[in-house]
Amino acid sequence: MDHLDRLESQSVYIIREAYKQFKDIAVLWSIGKDSTTLVHLCRKSFYGKVPFPALHIDTNYKFREIYDFRDEWSKNWNLKLIVGKNEEALAAGIGPNSGDKLTCCGRLKTEALKQTIDKHKFKALLLGIRRDEHGIRAKERVFSPRDKSFQWDYKNQPAELWDQFKNKQEGEGHIRVHPLLHWTERDIWEYVRRESLPVVELYFAKNGKRYRSIGCETCCNPVYSDADTIDKVVEELRTTKISERSGRAQDKERAYMMQKLRALGYM
Amino acid sequence: MKDDSLKFVIVGHIDHGKSTLIGRLLYDTDSLPPDKLEEVQQICESLGKDMEFGYLMDYLEEERDQGITIDTAQIFFNTDKRNYVIIDAPGHVEFLRNMISGSSLAEAAILIVDAEEGVKEQTKRHAYILSLLGLDQVIAVINKMDLVDYDQQRFEKVKKDLVNFLSEIDISPSYVIPISAKEGDFVARRTNLMSWYDGPTVLEALDTFETREPAIDNPMRFVVQDVYKFDKRIVVGRVESGTVRPGDEIRALPSGETTKVKSIEEFLKENVAEAGAGKSTGIITEDKLFVDRGNVIVHPNGHMPAVTDTIRANVFWMDKKPFKKGMGILFRCATQEVTCEVDRINKVIDSSTLGLIGEDVDEIREREVADVIIKTQKPVVVETFSKMQELGRFVLGTDDTRAAGIIMELGK
Repeated sequence: MDHLDRLESQSVYIIREAYKQFKDIAVLWSIGKDSTTLVHLCRKSFYGKVPFPALHIDTNYKFREIYDFRDEWSKNWNLKLIVGKNEEALAAGIGPNSGDKLTCCGRLKTEALKQTIDKHKFKALLLGIRRDEHGIRAKERVFSPRDKSFQWDYKNQPAELWDQFKNKQEGEGHIRVHPLLHWTERDIWEYVRRESLPVVELYFAKNGKRYRSIGCETCCNPVYSDADTIDKVVEELRTTKISERSGRAQDKERAYMMQKLRALGYM
Repeated sequence: MKDDSLKFVIVGHIDHGKSTLIGRLLYDTDSLPPDKLEEVQQICESLGKDMEFGYLMDYLEEERDQGITIDTAQIFFNTDKRNYVIIDAPGHVEFLRNMISGSSLAEAAILIVDAEEGVKEQTKRHAYILSLLGLDQVIAVINKMDLVDYDQQRFEKVKKDLVNFLSEIDISPSYVIPISAKEGDFVARRTNLMSWYDGPTVLEALDTFETREPAIDNPMRFVVQDVYKFDKRIVVGRVESGTVRPGDEIRALPSGETTKVKSIEEFLKENVAEAGAGKSTGIITEDKLFVDRGNVIVHPNGHMPAVTDTIRANVFWMDKKPFKKGMGILFRCATQEVTCEVDRINKVIDSSTLGLIGEDVDEIREREVADVIIKTQKPVVVETFSKMQELGRFVLGTDDTRAAGIIMELGK
C-alpha cells in the first residue's frame, strides 16, 4: 500500500467505527475539498450506499458554485441531503455586513448547526477537519466529545490510543468524529487527483487567482496563483509557505494579542 | 524524497527544552511561515530581546489555547530525505493523557534531558510510556550543553545515568546526542564546540529511522468491525497482518468455524486479488459464516492466536479515579469489547521511579503501573505484545479509556 492507500484505509476504519457506535450520525458536508473527500470515503466505506445523511449548513452567503455543486453531486451520489439554516437569524437580517464577522459566523454557522443537530437528534457528526490546517486542531482527538453548548474541554480529554475510540456519549452532547485528522492539504489534493473526484471550480486559478479554502463568498479571498489544474495545485502546495486559511477573514481578528502577551508574562 | 512522512514525538521533563528544540528544528529547516516568524521577531525586538525559540513556541501554544488564530503550529518540516511530523505531546504531568495519546501515533521519539539537571521524574515516566507503547526508535538528546560549557565529562555522566535507567525498561536509544537547541549545536548542523563528539546531528539521526510498515509478513489476522447487508453480505474490517485472498480457507475465532473467501469487496472495483496488512476492506464468504464484530479471521494452518479468558498484563492507569479490585470494567482489544475483572494485582510500581509500591494489593492509582491477572467474561482472541502488537495491546475503560495495557502472558 502506498501513502494514500494507508490514509484511506485509516479513514475508512474510523468511519466504520463511528457508524457502528452511533447510528444517529451525519456527515457534515461544506462542499469544500476536504468534506467532499470525506463524503467519497463514506461512499467507499459503505459500498456506495451511505446509510446516513449529508448535512450542509447553509448561511445563504455561499458561492453560487457551491450550491450548484451540492445539488449536482448529492443527486449523482444518491446522498440523503439535509440543509440546515438559521432562518430566524436570516430573517432578522444577520449577515456579513450587519456587525462583526464573529457574530455572523456564530449565528449563521454554529447556531444553525446546533439547531439542526437538535432537530434531527444526531449523536455524532463526521467532520473533515485536519490537524495541519489550524493550530488549535493539533490537539484534537479522532472521537471528540462536545457538550450541549459545543464546548470542547481539550485540556481534560480522555486518552485515545490504538484506535480505541470513545464509544458512548451521555447526556445532550454529541461526538465529533474526524476521519481526516491525519491528512494534510497536499494529501487531499493528491487523493482528489488519484480518485478523479469532482471539486468546486473555485479552487482552480482564473485570471491569476484561486481559492485555497472556500466558504461564504463575502469572507473568502482568493490567493495569487496560476494553478488552473490539479497537477498545478499539487505542485504549488509542494513549494508554498503561505498558510491555507490566509484568505479567511474570520481567522484574522487579533484583538487580544496584547492581553495574551501579558498573560504569558512577556510584557 | 520519500513519500511517507515519519511521525515522531518529543518527550522529556518540563523545561528541559522541548519547545526550544521544536522551534529550532522548524527554524533551521526553514519551515516557519514568514509572516509568523516576522511577527514574533518584531515582538522580541520591541521587548529588546533576542529571538528565542522557546518564546516562539509559547506564543504559538498560547494562540492554540485561545483558539483565536490559525495557521502555524503545523508542526511539519522536511529534510532532503523525507517529511516529518512532530506530534504534540505536552510535558506537564497534568497532560499525561495527551502525551500518551500523541505518543501512541508516533513511529519514533526524541527523549530530551537537560545537561545540568540530568534525569528527572518526567524523563523516567515518559521513557516508561515509550517502552509501554513499543517504540524502539529513540534518540536521546542531552540538551543545554551551552550551559555546561560543552563539557564532555558532564555529557558522559548524564548519558550514563540515562542509559542505565533506560536499560531497566528495555529501551536502548539508537543515539545519544549532545545538543544546544538554543544555540543550534548538533540539531541541524555541526558546530566546532564539541569536537569530542563524532556522532550524527539530530536531523541526521532522524533520517536513519524507518516509517512503520504494516506487518505483511506475519500470519493473516482480519479483525471484524461489522457485517453489512446491502445487496450482499459483506464482512468488513481491517487486515492487521498478513494477506487475504479469494479462495483462501479461513477460520473465524473464537467460534472456530471455517469456510472460504469468495471475494474481496471494494467499492467500484471488480476481481480484487488481495488485501494486505493495513487495509480496511470487506470479505464475502462461500458459506454463511456466523461472524460478528470482535471476531478475528485467520488462516486455519500456521500460528494461531490464543483464545482465552485469562491473561497476565502490564497496565498503566491514567485516570484520576483509582481502580479498585472487583470493579467491572471493559476490556477493549482491536474490535473486541468484553467486560472483565482484575483477578489479582500482583504488584504495583511507580512509573517515574520504577520503585515498588506494593504486592498483591487492592488498587491501582493514577500514573501507576500494575502487573495484573485479568479474567474476561467471555474468551478473547489475543497474542502477547511481543508476538503481535495489534492483538497484544488493549485499553480498559467504560465510556472513556482509563488505562492502557500490554499482554505479557496468555492463559495464566
